Amino acid sequence: MRLTLKIWRQDGPDATGGFETYTVDDISEDMSFLEMLDELNENLQARGIEPVAFDSDCREGICGTCGLMISGLAHGPEVTTTCQLHMRSFSDGEEITIEPWRAHAFPVIRDLVVDRSAFDRIIQAGGFISVDTGAAPDAAATPVPKVQADRSFDTATCIGCGACVAACPNASAMLFLGAKVTHLGELPQGQAERNSRVVDMVAQHDHEGFGGCTNIGECAASCPKEIPLDVISQLNKDLRVAARARR
Amino acid sequence: MSSSIGLKWLMAVTGIVFLLYVLLHMYGNLKVLAGQEAFDTYAHHLREIGEPMLPYGGLLWIVRIVLIASIIGHVYAAFTLWSRSSSARPQGYAVKKSISSSLASRTMRWGGITLLLFVIFHLIHFTLVKPNFNSEADAAAVKESPYVMVSASFSLIWVVLIYTLAMIALGMHIYHGAWSASQTLGLTSTPRARTVAKTTAQVLAALIVVGFLIPPFYLYFSSL
Ligand code: HEM
Ligand code: SF4
Ligand code: FES
Repeated sequence: MRLTLKIWRQDGPDATGGFETYTVDDISEDMSFLEMLDELNENLQARGIEPVAFDSDCREGICGTCGLMISGLAHGPEVTTTCQLHMRSFSDGEEITIEPWRAHAFPVIRDLVVDRSAFDRIIQAGGFISVDTGAAPDAAATPVPKVQADRSFDTATCIGCGACVAACPNASAMLFLGAKVTHLGELPQGQAERNSRVVDMVAQHDHEGFGGCTNIGECAASCPKEIPLDVISQLNKDLRVAARARR
Repeated sequence: MSSSIGLKWLMAVTGIVFLLYVLLHMYGNLKVLAGQEAFDTYAHHLREIGEPMLPYGGLLWIVRIVLIASIIGHVYAAFTLWSRSSSARPQGYAVKKSISSSLASRTMRWGGITLLLFVIFHLIHFTLVKPNFNSEADAAAVKESPYVMVSASFSLIWVVLIYTLAMIALGMHIYHGAWSASQTLGLTSTPRARTVAKTTAQVLAALIVVGFLIPPFYLYFSSL
């Protein structure tokens, strides 16, 4: 395949960026999107051009570092992460625009790499359980009903990639927040801190400068882990319960 | 309360106040179909509810105050969140596609402003000034009888058209708003509850658009 790539280049956090256009040849349909970018970078390096900086780590869809805006879609046209996206999802001769996540809370570090530590600070604000859960055998002593266990597990699959923020017209992180709050709130161990967790995480979310949710649904549609919209309702409900308990 | 979810709460609760009001208003308008006497009596009777506990028109004023307070809260929350959302993404995308969002959900802000402008026009039209647009109607009768006032206006196609466009905007706002409010209030935490909320929002929106448009179209066609 031959592709035209319009890629956002930016030398540093404060530099003004812009688009550069490159062409790549002989791209196999079986390559992942990141392998295609590796190929581009080898070409660029051979020609003495600074390679395009992009983030990746596991390259198997579990770490959440690889997010890119690909022709206007977070993680591209399939329901998966950028690293798990294959070039067969594109056609020969296509022009692909590649941009970093755009959000005030996710500042660009370089080219396509953004700083997602705002998510870490949200987790630090309340996305944890501090009760002693004991050793492995103790797990059997705390039964969790199947329905709760399933919902907790499904929402625990959130990899913190930030696609929800990237796709949201308000740059809101409510899907991420909802996933974390639901994941911990469905478990017996999560109850002790349930009220303070939601209050503190929402406060940190707003403090980081993410926008408010308007229930538009682009987040859930872009999430590589298919976190459903009902976690945002759960989040709102938990916050309502917590606000009432405070009074 | 000033958190982004607190503001959404304010918007949802005030939105539901509007929704209830709009349903009652729509029901009242349908009395036009029963003819001049029934409609004029109804308009008069509205002002007598609660007498002598309340003064003449008292209940109407209570409703108006609640609505004014709600609109202030609703608009305040909408604009605060709007400005936060714009600063949450200072630099936009060169290419951005929508995958799942409805047109109604993406036009809540501009659609809301359209509704506010319409509400102002509507108040001038039928409550405050009652201008007589129809040269064939008797200006004094327009001020006297609500039925004459409404039917004089709705025999003009351009008035019918303005109201039709406004009701479509209202229907879209309610279509997304009613579902969004149930989500904001935390009532849709299961996929099933979400489907029910979306369907309810669709039915409500359709009911309100059709219900409000029956009287203008009825009056227009009977004036031909
Ligand atoms: C200046 C006028 C208005 C503006 C700027 C405005 C704006 C908005 C916005 C931005 C939302 C949030 C949408 C979302 O969450 O996606 C909303 C929700 C809503 N609006 Fe309005 N609106 C206005 C007037 C009205 C009127 C006249 C009604 C009466 C029917 C109404 C009923 C609702 C309802 C029921 C909601 C749902 C609350 C929620 O989203 O939780 N609005 N409005
Ligand atoms: S909710 Fe989905 S899109 Fe958002 S951070 Fe988690 S995995 Fe990524
Ligand atoms: S590189 Fe880890 S999820 Fe893509």
